[in-house]
Formats: sequence, C-alpha cells, structure tokens
Amino acid sequence: MPDARSSILASLRASRDAHPVETVASDFTVLREKRWEPAERLERVKRMMEAVHTEFVDATEQDWPAVVQAVLREAGAKTLLYAPATDAGARLESGWAEGGPELVRYDRPVDEFKEEMFTGIDAGITQTLGAIADTGSLVLWPGADEPRLLSLVPHIHIALLKADALYDTFWQVMTENRWAEGMPTNALLISGPSKTADIEQTLAYGVHGPKRLIVVVIH
Amino acid sequence: MAHAEIDFGKASRAALKDPQLRANFRRAMDGLMSKRAAQFADSAEWHAMRALGASVRLRALSKLPELLEKLEETCTRNGITVHWASTTDEANAIVLEIMLRVNAKLAVKGKSMVSEEMHLNAFLEKHGIEALEADLGEYIVQLDQEMPSHIIMPAIHKNTKQIAQLFREKIKEAEYTEDVAQLTDLARRVLRKKFMNADVGISGVNAAVAETGTLCLVENEGNGRMVTTVPPVHIALMGLEKVVEKLEDVPPVLSLLTRSATAQPITTYVNMITTPRKHGEKDGPREIHLVILDNGRSKIYADEELRHTLRCIRCGACMNHCPVYTRVGGHAYQAPYPGPIGKILIPQIEGLGTRGAMPHACTMCNACVEICPVQIPIANLMNRLREEAVHPGPAVKDAGAQASKAEALVWKGWAATFSSPTAYRMATTVLSAVGNAAPASLPLLKEWTSVRVKPRFAGRTLHDLARDRGIPDA
Repeated sequence: MPDARSSILASLRASRDAHPVETVASDFTVLREKRWEPAERLERVKRMMEAVHTEFVDATEQDWPAVVQAVLREAGAKTLLYAPATDAGARLESGWAEGGPELVRYDRPVDEFKEEMFTGIDAGITQTLGAIADTGSLVLWPGADEPRLLSLVPHIHIALLKADALYDTFWQVMTENRWAEGMPTNALLISGPSKTADIEQTLAYGVHGPKRLIVVVIH
Repeated sequence: MAHAEIDFGKASRAALKDPQLRANFRRAMDGLMSKRAAQFADSAEWHAMRALGASVRLRALSKLPELLEKLEETCTRNGITVHWASTTDEANAIVLEIMLRVNAKLAVKGKSMVSEEMHLNAFLEKHGIEALEADLGEYIVQLDQEMPSHIIMPAIHKNTKQIAQLFREKIKEAEYTEDVAQLTDLARRVLRKKFMNADVGISGVNAAVAETGTLCLVENEGNGRMVTTVPPVHIALMGLEKVVEKLEDVPPVLSLLTRSATAQPITTYVNMITTPRKHGEKDGPREIHLVILDNGRSKIYADEELRHTLRCIRCGACMNHCPVYTRVGGHAYQAPYPGPIGKILIPQIEGLGTRGAMPHACTMCNACVEICPVQIPIANLMNRLREEAVHPGPAVKDAGAQASKAEALVWKGWAATFSSPTAYRMATTVLSAVGNAAPASLPLLKEWTSVRVKPRFAGRTLHDLARDRGIPDA
C-alpha cells in the first residue's frame, strides 16, 4: 500500500509549486486596537457573562473562603471538590469554617474515583489566570496541581477571579504572555455555564458541564 | 465504482411539501440571520476581521504541505500520535485499529463533520463498537437514525414536540415532556454515564496550530471537553485543510467562526489541547491520536480556483443565509455538508457523476458570498462546477458526466443566432409572429413549463419598437 503521508504531501507540494497561492499580509490591527479602559473591563466581563447566566459575587483576599462557603450553603451544595496543591486550595483549607460543605481533595488520578466524581460531587472550585473583556471569558490553565475536570464535572463551578487580572482580547492574552513559547497540556476559555440550543433553538443551561458558573471576584 | 446519481430534485420536491419542516427551518434561519447581523453591526470591524480571517486561511493554504509537516513534528514532540489517511476507508481503519488495541467497547463522540464524511458510527457498529454522539443535536439525530441537517445545529429540522416524542420512544427512563430544560436534563443523565464509562473519546478539530501542535475545539455544551478529557484515549479527526500557521491566528478564526455560526461573541468553551496527560497530572487522556484526512482535498488543492473551497472554517453561515437551503432543509442534499458549502465541496469530493445536480441548486443570489467570514467566492466556484459538469477535464472527478448533446446543440444555436445579425433578425421575427403558438409540452420547453408559466413573446421585437421611437439601426 502506498504510504498515505508521502503521497498526500507530494501531491500538495506539486500542486502548490505549480500554482502558488496568492496571499495578503495578516493585519492584526483590528484586534490590537480593541481596548477598554481598565475600569470598564470588569463591568464588561460581568455584563457579557451575565448575559449567558454566569453569576458574580464580590469578595476580598481575606474573606473569599467564607464567601464561597456562603454561596455553596445557599445553593444547597454538600460537597466541594478542590485542588489542595494550589495556593487557593491551602487558603480554602485554613479558612474553611466548621459545618460548611464537605471539602473533597482532588489529589489522586481521576481513574481512582471517577464514579464518585460524577455522582457524588456538587461543586468544584478553580483559580483563573484572568478574564477577557472582549468576549467575557475566563482564562484557565489547568494542570498537575489543578486538574481539568474540576471545572467540568461538578454541577456548580466556582471560579476565583482577581479583579486586576483583566485583559482586552483573547489575542492580547496569548501574545502578551507569549503562549506560543510553551503551551500547557490544556488551555481553556470558559464563558458561562454549559449550554445548548439544540432543541428548537431554545437555550437550556447545564447540558453536560456545570449547570451554574459562579465567579468570585477578589478585590 | 459506479453509483446512481443522487436525486436532489426529487428529495427537494418532497421537502417542499412538508409544511412542518419548512416552518422549522424558516423560523431558525430568520433568527440566526438577524442575530448574526447584530454580531457584526460594526461594519468597519467586520471588514477588517474578515480580511484578517481570509489572510490567515490563505497563508495556511499557501504553505499547506510545510504546515502539515510542521504540525506532525510539533504534535509528535508533544506526545500526540499523528496518522495520515488518503481515504475515509483508511481513516476508519486507523480508528478501528486504535480501538481494538485498547479493547474499546464504547466510544463517545464530540461533534465532528469529518466523522460524518467517514460514516464512522456505522463502521464501528459493524465491528461491534458502540459510537455514541454526545452533542445534544447529534444525539437526537442518532436516536432517530438520521443524518444531521445542519453542520452546526444537527437537529434543526425537528421541533420540540418531535424531540419529546423521540425521547419517549427511545430512552427507557423517559417520561413525556415538552419542557426543553427537562429534555436537556434527561440527555445529561443518560450521557454522563456514558462519558464515565467510555473507553475512547472522538472529536473533530476546529483549528490545528502548526507552530505549537495544539488542537483547538469550540463548543457550548461541555461534551467536547468531556470526550477529550474523561476517556483514557482521545482520537481527533481533521480534514487536512484545518491547519493554521501560528497560535495567534487562532483568535480571529474562532471569533469569526462563533459569531458567524451561532451569533455568539465566543462559545462557552474554547478548548486547546497540546499534550496527553503528563506525569503527575490527574486527568486527561493518556493517549491522543490525530488523524489527518485527505478524502479528495489534495485534488481540490490542485486547482488554482477550486482550492479556495479549502478556506472554509465550517461556520455554516452560508446555509443560514441560503434561500434554497432554508426552503428544502438539510436532508434534501443527502450529504454531510448541505447548503452552499456542500454544493461546492461535495461534488468535488464525491464527483460530478453522482453529485452533478448540487451546483445547480443555487439561485446565484450571492447572499452566502456576502456573509462568508473568510471571503470564499462561493458563487464563482458554483459556476465553475456547472461548467466542469458538462466539459470533460482533469480538474474534478467525473467532469463532463452531465454533458448533454441536446443542451450543447441549443447553446451552439444560441451562439450562432446571436453572432449573426441576419440570423438574429430572422429568429426574432419568426418567434414574435408564431412563437406563442408553440405548445408548452414541446421537448426542452417542457422542462421549464412543468413548474413555471410559459413565457409570452411580445408581438413586436425590441428593434421594431426602438425604430418607432426614431432610434436608428447601428
């Protein structure tokens, strides 16, 4: 059997060399110039994300674990999956008052507790790298310390957002932070709770991922 | 292998008689068009963005062989296994081989149009492997053993009542409800069990970045993240044109895609996958495979004009704006890609023998050309394929298959008449005198009059009338 790889590449190369494709320079000005005043960014993030059912609560560096606890109590959540290896995880443990929802550590491979994660967890909490004003999106780089499924499987996703970690556009985030020099296992933008409009164009939230996304803005 | 010609005409006539179907499409397409227009209300921004989008796609096509090699190199370095497939049969065989090696019984799928090209579900089923669609719309059409009728909204042809009935019939624990939230929740419960137990996750690719070896996926539901994160093995399927050169090319492409497709500034999730689970990481697949599929694309690339078909980012906006698609719906095309993009892509992949009718299912209204976010000259390509269909040549599979001696003769006569003043004068004089006496059932004329009123010739020719007004003959 002829090798698919070499025959595909040879064919493409011959075609392209016979008739080169005319190109025009890529002008990124339209993205470079998309800017908001720093004060406007958070307002815009909120407005865009609230339009797709994201909820926002305010907190401070000191009181956010208590704020999270209050939010979860109100939501009736009994369990919170968290990443103990992160700074936020450590703060959560030390600031967690008695009688709050049970803290469940995500400190082992998912393969060891898949069923529990899918059936026994109400909420998950993650940090974020910031938010994007243009589209109203949270930026997450999950990894070894903060696993990917924390923001996907639990019915409620609590995301911590530092009020000064705000960007204008997705393009700005990746170019200013030089993402191209080293991409993580998984990079995510999250712009709301899971949703679908596949049944007669009617919006419904919580189809596969979280039903609620609650952003805790840390001032 | 010879196949019978696929009868678009018959299928579209049947679709036109279904008032429910027409109402479902009309309602959905009207909503999508107005919402998309609101997304691009700033005309200067729209023009700058689509010029940028087109430039990114053209640059990728101009370096296509190098970028695919680079993608293979970066992916391999990242730990992703890259496979190449010339045909859908080869791609299916690659997927099956991976499945058998890991002893897979259940695969969960995110939306992938390439997998529709491959008829992957049926293929895996034949080999005893369940392939379950997890995108809600795809899940609905799979339950009803149908094909998607739209590349972005697969179940757009059904209304809530029809879906409610389908769920009651096909899902054991279902109680009848027309409440969309409850129907969605039912699918959530059924599919979450499947995500948890699946051996393999299969996804498409919206853009693959050569620079970093990153696979980008956009979606709203979370099923795409589920299938690429929960099962131990992830297989990503991409058409070879899906590569972009740089990571910074991704934001404009995805922005144009989501705004054009569903009028969202961005989808709920943008999922960028670069490596399998690394040492110390607690979730994510341990293996990622990328299957790069040709299936006729390298032949499309060979033609200087037709290769612009490969700019497409699969937003589906051309469908939403197509007066033909809106009236006949997606199923009439009997193809994974319906609407304008389907009408230029499918005949090139499958050949003009079976698909010669598709480029004719177009009114040349240019609506798709105006809204295409990467400026594909769809109408020009449609016209080119109409010509290819009647002139044998090397550019397109089965070119010339639709050639008709009668039609060629008519055009020859037409050309002769219009290039000779004497012949033209004679013809118009005769037609204005006795043309109206020709019966509607005359061969050739019948093709027109079977669905339209017979045109009436005026009693006097235009030249005659002009002379009356004192305009001299040239």
